[in-house]
Amino acid sequence: MNEIVQFENVGLRYGAGAETLSDLSFTLFPGSFYFLTGASGAGKTSLLKLLYLAQRPSRGLIRLFGEDAVTMSRNRLPAFRRRIGVVFQDFRLVPHLSAFDNIALPLRVAGVKEKELATPVADMLDWVGLGDRAEARPATLSGGEQQRVAIARAVIGRPEILVADEPTGNVDPEMALRLLQLFEALNTLGTTIVVATHDIHLLSKVPGAQMMRLEKGELSDPTGSLRNPPLPHDRA
Amino acid sequence: MLSLFVIPRHDRRLIPEGRLSGPMPWVIAIMIFLMVLATGAGLAFAEAGNNISDQLSSRATVQIIEANPDVKARQTRDAAARLRGMDLVDKVRVLPPEEIEELIAPWLGQTVGEMDNEGGSDASLMDDIPLPSLIDLTLVRSAGEKELAELRAAIRPLAASARVEPSSGLIAPVIALVHSFQWIAFGLVLLLAITTAAAVIISARAALNTHKETISVIHLLGGTDGQISRLFQRRIALDALLGGILGLIFGAAIIVLLGAQLSALGSGLVQSLGLSWYSWLIISLIPILGMILAMVTARMTVMGALKKIL
Repeated sequence: MNEIVQFENVGLRYGAGAETLSDLSFTLFPGSFYFLTGASGAGKTSLLKLLYLAQRPSRGLIRLFGEDAVTMSRNRLPAFRRRIGVVFQDFRLVPHLSAFDNIALPLRVAGVKEKELATPVADMLDWVGLGDRAEARPATLSGGEQQRVAIARAVIGRPEILVADEPTGNVDPEMALRLLQLFEALNTLGTTIVVATHDIHLLSKVPGAQMMRLEKGELSDPTGSLRNPPLPHDRA
Repeated sequence: MLSLFVIPRHDRRLIPEGRLSGPMPWVIAIMIFLMVLATGAGLAFAEAGNNISDQLSSRATVQIIEANPDVKARQTRDAAARLRGMDLVDKVRVLPPEEIEELIAPWLGQTVGEMDNEGGSDASLMDDIPLPSLIDLTLVRSAGEKELAELRAAIRPLAASARVEPSSGLIAPVIALVHSFQWIAFGLVLLLAITTAAAVIISARAALNTHKETISVIHLLGGTDGQISRLFQRRIALDALLGGILGLIFGAAIIVLLGAQLSALGSGLVQSLGLSWYSWLIISLIPILGMILAMVTARMTVMGALKKIL
């Protein structure tokens, strides 16, 4: 199976500080489901930033979709980013756009015609339970509703990789389960899913998922072969 | 440039638009207003200088300098006849004595008629002061050294003391001054354009800073630098167009008012300060040119800023 993401001895340093991530080497395969766990400050968000091309590493090699993402020219980045869906930890919804327009954003950026995006966006709104809040601005939505809009925006473009940073942090258990089911459904369709989470209960909800655990910027299991359940100190 | 204005409405909303809400349209309105005035002045001076040059470049004056009035009259008559027979000469006009008296009146203060009425004297100024007689020539081409030499050679046998002077030579310093004013005005236009571009750069940077979070999200969702910069270009271009139209309206109104006042003065040089239809066309294009300047500056600023982020 061809790898979709490959990290080799990747290090990340912000400015002149110490390395936030050190010697990361792992491989992600198409159609797989990964949980990324680790204590707060372990570097989960930094690792995800490298994955969704918001950051270039300080050293090492990253291959995305078979291409070198480290030396890739800026001009080629947008096309690669469109193949990656992202659920940001702080949602990052555009405040002056409605829920509908926020979810439609990736499609519009990709040049999808207006008449072709109305139905999928409406369906997605229904799916995340916000069919009646299509015109609501983010400021008028609760934290959980904002998170659902963020998730809908990340998956609307049927990305090849979905990267989610604490996607269930602000939703109730029932909605968390529904979101995981959505991720699994996407995974079934071939999307590679990477979910960073503190919620150890989620891990048992996706039987086929693999787990990567970060400790102080390093993978505690470089092979990425850890399986459920997580190690006991993840529960701490 | 058309693509700038056909950005779909929902895409335009990515960056909030507020017409005439910020200082930018007003700054541009003031800049365009000043540019319109400076351009109007520059074009008026250019036209005045060119008109005067054109009118005088093919003209020359023959002075018959002779103390004896009878001899002077004969020499004038003969010279005029000789000049009328030359291919080089298009028109010959012997200035009547009254016209010559009018020409020198500003220096002497009164005309002969007025002197006669006030003092009751019968003495003619022409009799008291040996004024030369003047022949105004319009040549078929510009009066260069070769043409003047030809004229002098033709007249010398008839009036040895006659002088032939090109009319343009008399007013050359004035024309040079008018052209200096013209270039000063155009220099001001250039400075104002540079200032406008600087204002656009500041505005574009401020807008980028205000919307950096939205820009970052669009980037991470796969938006290109071109897509993002088009949003800013459109916004700044519309601001510049609105401001430019306001500036044009007020600037043009001032020019029209000034033109009416200058015409009322009735002075020769001042009266020649006018704007032709093509000058008005150039002036009316200033808001469009201002918009293009603002748009290009905004694009360069935004693209430059976006290149600094991944």
